[in-house]
Amino acid sequence: MSERSEQAKQPGMTSHSPLWEVFVRARRGLSHTHVGSLHAPDAELALRNARDLYTRRQEGVSIWVVPAGAITASSPDEKDAFFDPAADKVYRHPTFYEVPDGVAHL
Amino acid sequence: MYGNDFSAPNGATDEASGGLLGEVEAAEAELRAAAARGRRGGPAPDEDLAAYFAEVVDAEQKIEPRDWMPDAYRRTLIRQIAQHAHSEIIGMQPEGNWISRAPSLKRKAILLAKVQDEAGHGLYLYAAAETLGISRDELVQLLLDGRQKYSSIFNYPTLSWADVGAIGWLVDGAAIVNQVPLCRCSYGPYARAMIRVCKEESFHQRQGYEILHTLAHGTPAQQAMAQDSVDRWWYPSLAMFGPPDGDSTHSAQSMAWKIKRFSNDDLRQRFVDMCVQQAEILGLRIPDADLRWNDERQAYDYTQPDYDELMQVISGDGPCNRERMAHRRAAHADGAWVREAAAAYAAKRAGQKETVAA
Repeated sequence: MSERSEQAKQPGMTSHSPLWEVFVRARRGLSHTHVGSLHAPDAELALRNARDLYTRRQEGVSIWVVPAGAITASSPDEKDAFFDPAADKVYRHPTFYEVPDGVAHL
Repeated sequence: MYGNDFSAPNGATDEASGGLLGEVEAAEAELRAAAARGRRGGPAPDEDLAAYFAEVVDAEQKIEPRDWMPDAYRRTLIRQIAQHAHSEIIGMQPEGNWISRAPSLKRKAILLAKVQDEAGHGLYLYAAAETLGISRDELVQLLLDGRQKYSSIFNYPTLSWADVGAIGWLVDGAAIVNQVPLCRCSYGPYARAMIRVCKEESFHQRQGYEILHTLAHGTPAQQAMAQDSVDRWWYPSLAMFGPPDGDSTHSAQSMAWKIKRFSNDDLRQRFVDMCVQQAEILGLRIPDADLRWNDERQAYDYTQPDYDELMQVISGDGPCNRERMAHRRAAHADGAWVREAAAAYAAKRAGQKETVAA
């Protein structure tokens, strides 16, 4: 989702029209989901462009725009090491526990 | 229902565009399923990156922007996605030509929405290309300098209102046949952009079909206009699938990388098989005297488009190449002051905020 964050720092980047990541809430009750990105000189235009680009068919009730350069991403190269601490903690899942027969409401 | 099930024209053409839309949805479901199947994250520190990449692709998993990928894979994708984006942007011109002369307010509103969609598709695709490490400015410049190409089809003129119908039915129809398999491309951002594009593209094809259907059931002059436009757009649409498989330079490697799923000729055949029945319902004739059902192949035999003409158009010598590029360059130059003003305003506002904060 934060896959583009490194792009903003690259040479040749449009200096006066930075990249924004767009998140849309499709309907009330759902969380905002990343839908894509766009270029705009400021936040206000980014929002308007996002409306025109990503919600032409009523795909959303709310939009967030975030400067791509403001996102810090974990690197896929580190994925194993980075997420390792969670790998051996099966006791964090309810399925780890044996429930005696006949126990209700547990 | 994706895959090789498109050799049954009688069943498949009943609901041809519905069938294609079904495939888009299937591709989307597959994308989610591949994500759900999961797999370990990145390569191990001592793992061979090329082997890791091949394993991910073979497992029908998506390659994402920050993954390691072969340089040639990156270059191929940038070229293909950029060319695709440029096609959407240039593709606004032939139809834009008729916005001011659409025959009714309804048709005008529809055409405006369609042309706006094409701009949107171009922007989704530019954004997908940018994830590969090329900037928007570079991409725009490559098009303006003529160093990257766009689809040959947009170098043909739109001479009558019926052409807007033929573009929707044939050109967008061919584009959909080409693009539906791209929804399953191994590169994640491209696959996701294509799913979005294909869903919207379906409206384009239907509105074109409706225009032709209306004209084909109108006055003799309207019928003639519709037939004339199908006569002119049929072969250029067949040429959209590219050179025959034997001459296609990029195909084999792209298939191995799962960027491409079917050969040019397979897709072209699929398109022909779909169009025959659709043309019958329109009451329009496909301009091919040798078009006939081949029971052995379970497909239609048809006349190949003129590939020499295709190469000529691609190399810049089609009916409208110069006009299209001149128009694009002028539009880009004419918009410069807007981009500069917006940037100046943004800078001024940012400055004000800093002053307040200080």
